Amino acid sequence: MAKGIWIVIEQNKAEIRNVSLELLSQGRMLADKTGDPLVAVILGSTVSKLAGIVTPYGADKVILVDDENLADYTTGAYTSVLNKLIRKEEPQAVLLGNTAVGKDLAPRLAQRLGVGMASDCTGMEFDEESFLTFRRPIYGGKAFAQVIANARPVLATIRPNTFPIALPDTARQAEVINETAEIDSEDLRAIVKEIVLAASQRPELIEANVIISGGRGMKGSENYCILESCADVIGAAVGASRAAVDAGWIEQKFQVGQTGKTVSPTLYIACGISGAIQHLAGMGTSKVIVAINKDPEANIFNLADYGIVGDLFEIVPLLTEEFKKLG
Amino acid sequence: MDIVVCLKQTFDTEAKIVLNSNGKIDGTGVNLIMNPYDEFAVEEALKLKEKFGGQVTLVSMGGERVTESLRTALAMGCDEAVLIQDPDLESPDEWVTAEVLAKAVSKIPYDIILAGRIAVDDGSGQVAIRLADALKIPSVNCIIKLEVEDGKAAATREIDGGTELIEVRLPAVLTAQKGLNIPRYPSMMGIMKAKKKEIKGMTLADLGIGAADLPRKMSITKFSLPSPRKGGIKISGEAADAAKELARILREEAKVI
Repeated sequence: MAKGIWIVIEQNKAEIRNVSLELLSQGRMLADKTGDPLVAVILGSTVSKLAGIVTPYGADKVILVDDENLADYTTGAYTSVLNKLIRKEEPQAVLLGNTAVGKDLAPRLAQRLGVGMASDCTGMEFDEESFLTFRRPIYGGKAFAQVIANARPVLATIRPNTFPIALPDTARQAEVINETAEIDSEDLRAIVKEIVLAASQRPELIEANVIISGGRGMKGSENYCILESCADVIGAAVGASRAAVDAGWIEQKFQVGQTGKTVSPTLYIACGISGAIQHLAGMGTSKVIVAINKDPEANIFNLADYGIVGDLFEIVPLLTEEFKKLG
Repeated sequence: MDIVVCLKQTFDTEAKIVLNSNGKIDGTGVNLIMNPYDEFAVEEALKLKEKFGGQVTLVSMGGERVTESLRTALAMGCDEAVLIQDPDLESPDEWVTAEVLAKAVSKIPYDIILAGRIAVDDGSGQVAIRLADALKIPSVNCIIKLEVEDGKAAATREIDGGTELIEVRLPAVLTAQKGLNIPRYPSMMGIMKAKKKEIKGMTLADLGIGAADLPRKMSITKFSLPSPRKGGIKISGEAADAAKELARILREEAKVI
């Protein structure tokens, strides 16, 4: 009988991604319903101290795989190690964040295991027979599919910001198990030559709690500084619509929408964005949407919780000042 | 250099999604297009062909209408196409698709397999990576730059917060992200030529696969539509007052700042 819910913890230079804590928190609630142990799995190099960091978020057990070959994420090495661990321990579900790593690792691992996978989920629960079912957006969020695996284990990637992070229970104890990395030589064929991280201190778009986004109404690349100043006051990430990206005003990695990033922040501030169906697909699950647009007929007002009809070049700097006053 | 491009036909991104009386996605009257990310894959394949020579072969799975998208890619300059069509491929999951593609691709010479990083319909982003594992070759996901030399690919891929340069020995699977290139439009000449190019139909039997070999690993139990959001409060007044009121509401009422 399959046992255990596994969370594959994502860490970068010993810093744990928020989505991993979100998954541990939600995983704890699921595990309590079925009596499954909740297991945090950490791969990396010199990661032993991370066990103590994840335990308060609900882990019953922490599996550590500490190896030089795992210092940087590579598809092959991570697949090799997790494949063997999963075959040995037979958990019923393995959950990852729908991040660059999760999106690359989970499909490869699922194929290696010969199992099903649910991508980019925004909901999960147990059915009557204690099988995990997942809710996932399709057609860029214009519809949802409820999916279930026909066999165990099942793999899934969960969209960041879907579940809240629980309050840490510092008294919690977890069993810590050290496993050695067994990596097949054919899984060491890809070499990471270089990693270039942007200098930005702003949060990563897909994980940001607040996003301020600019579209066609921005009129040019030089104007994004207006959004950036505002973003830095409230700790937001900056985003863009396809129109602004295609005009060459801002890099593609900032694009939100059906052919860009899918985001789910607590607050999404759309500036000079008309609200094309493809854009809404990428941010429609935001908790609160604010629209600032000159055109009172802009479609974005049909779904914004709060709207101001006006010139963003006037409104946004004023709003930035107001945010500063709030402190 | 021989290249295989995995192509999927999808709903137009403009399409409004509705459910039919059986609760399934209703495709009636929906415009179908080549998955937008696959266009980048096709373009990159053609650029490699222009540089190194060789054949670009398209591989797709689906119904008769997929030939429309395949013709478009052939008109862009691809050489041949394979369309796998079989009644037993109804509602395939990602595992099934990868297994079938792996069998089909194995019959074609390739140095590089290109695909879009995700399809805009099911949004899974699994098949190309699964295909690489089924073929036991490396993959680089979500690439925005590619250089090929001496049987090696140096691919720059998008990661959270930056980029990563990965070197792999060929053959390999590479998935295309927006930004990799700007896809060409088919020329008039290309469209004429494409009419004469072969789209080879294949069935599961042709690939030596029985229906029983393809148990679905995942099932969709229900489709639903998001509850429509309603427009909320429009804050009016002078710009300064409106900005002040908005900040107050976000702090005190919505509690999101």
